Amino acid sequence: MKKEELLQKEKLDRQIMALRVAKEFQDGNVVNLGIGIPTLASNFIPAGREIIFHSENGVLGYGEITLPGEGDLDLVNASGQTVKPAPGMCFVSHEESFTVVRGGFLDISVMGAYQVSEKGDLANYMIPERQVGTIGGAMDLAFGAKKLIIVMNHVTKDGNYRIVKKCAYPITAPACVDLIVTDIAIIEVTKKGLVLKEVAPGWTPEEVQFLTEPKLNVDPKCHDIELM
Amino acid sequence: MPINKIVNSFEEAIADIEDGATIMVGGFGTVVSMPSLLLVALAKKKVKNITTVSNSTGFGPDVWALQGAKFPEDMDILVRNGLIKKAIVSAPVSAMYVNNFEKLLREGKVEIEMVPQGTLAERIRAAKAGLGGVYVPTGVGTVIEEGKEKKVIDGREYILELPIKADFALIHAYKGDRYGNLVYRGTSRTFNPTMAGAAKVTIAEVDEIVEPGELDPEAIVTPGVYVDRVVARPKEAAPRGPIVDVQAKESYKRYKAEMKKAQQKRGGKR
Repeated sequence: MKKEELLQKEKLDRQIMALRVAKEFQDGNVVNLGIGIPTLASNFIPAGREIIFHSENGVLGYGEITLPGEGDLDLVNASGQTVKPAPGMCFVSHEESFTVVRGGFLDISVMGAYQVSEKGDLANYMIPERQVGTIGGAMDLAFGAKKLIIVMNHVTKDGNYRIVKKCAYPITAPACVDLIVTDIAIIEVTKKGLVLKEVAPGWTPEEVQFLTEPKLNVDPKCHDIELM
Repeated sequence: MPINKIVNSFEEAIADIEDGATIMVGGFGTVVSMPSLLLVALAKKKVKNITTVSNSTGFGPDVWALQGAKFPEDMDILVRNGLIKKAIVSAPVSAMYVNNFEKLLREGKVEIEMVPQGTLAERIRAAKAGLGGVYVPTGVGTVIEEGKEKKVIDGREYILELPIKADFALIHAYKGDRYGNLVYRGTSRTFNPTMAGAAKVTIAEVDEIVEPGELDPEAIVTPGVYVDRVVARPKEAAPRGPIVDVQAKESYKRYKAEMKKAQQKRGGKR
């Protein structure tokens, strides 16, 4: 197996990854979406499910992201994008917003990462190439959410592992990740290790393993990523 | 004598802030949530060696002017004028943009204490509520726990986080009255009510001053007892319309239509 060939192989794009993430949202869930691909997931809520989106800056139940320049600057998500108001929306202060996060009211948190370890340790606050970091709300979300979903590319631009035995960067929280959604696979973090649940169309479990440092336990029911 | 916390100018509002003060600055990342004109006044006074307590460290006025903000100065005005000695902050740098604070940080020209956002809110609240500290789970097993007391409560590990006290809290609100009662607008609430009352002196910059009684007592977010001074922005900037309006109604209509479609797809069963 050649690494170069695998790196060239077709992978899922950002929108498709977001679509797959959204499939995890259950009816009535309270969900926080981090910056980047996670935010896109709000566009793919499965039909018939009502989701309450929470944003760290103190809003619950907001609507879709507006077109640039069309929103109200006093109604933004944590990335600073203007969003639409929605019936049932409410605003809270910062301490209340994190009471929601830490107090067990947040069902799902979705964020990006630089590295995830086989134990589910998360490293996503130190920007590796700049050696500076920004913790922001990530630590509280990682500690507080009932389920933490990480969505990221499977390997770095240079083809280095991002799913690793041990994180090389300072961690945001230990043993916190439940599910990893990448551009080639869906991996569950369990007490017995990483379990490969789904692979992108055209990919084999062996190929996914080749780009993953720790050993993957292949689920006997492992199948192509289902989007609908 | 009638209580009157209204001061007439931003210069007057911050006149007693001296070099070396610890200053909380409300808001989140966006400039509209921040006490922009109080920051401008502080920078004009050139109050040096300050310790700031805030969520972020600013992006600078160019970014916000592009978005059409009337008052585009954020924390960056303190950063680029070299007034900050130490920043107690949650989100000091951005993954998308290298701000002036990051440049100072690299040059070793500013000290930093990075605090998880929820912990920052709780440490500020502890100061305001007269608590000696709070045990929080966030940060256990990370760099945040270094040098802090740990305790197992009901089988879970916590670290002791101490209150953050300050000399001044500069906050922004939508409307206020002479008692200091405040309401906010949308997501520009954030750290503003959290910080109100957490410092020795709380100064609120508001879009509009209204008569006592005009603010619905059921809707007041910050009671006036937490606030010492209220100063209004120039009239032309205020007021703005309500957020929940036509857009929300449209969104509700669309939601109903989508639900109907989804139900039809499933054969009418919910």
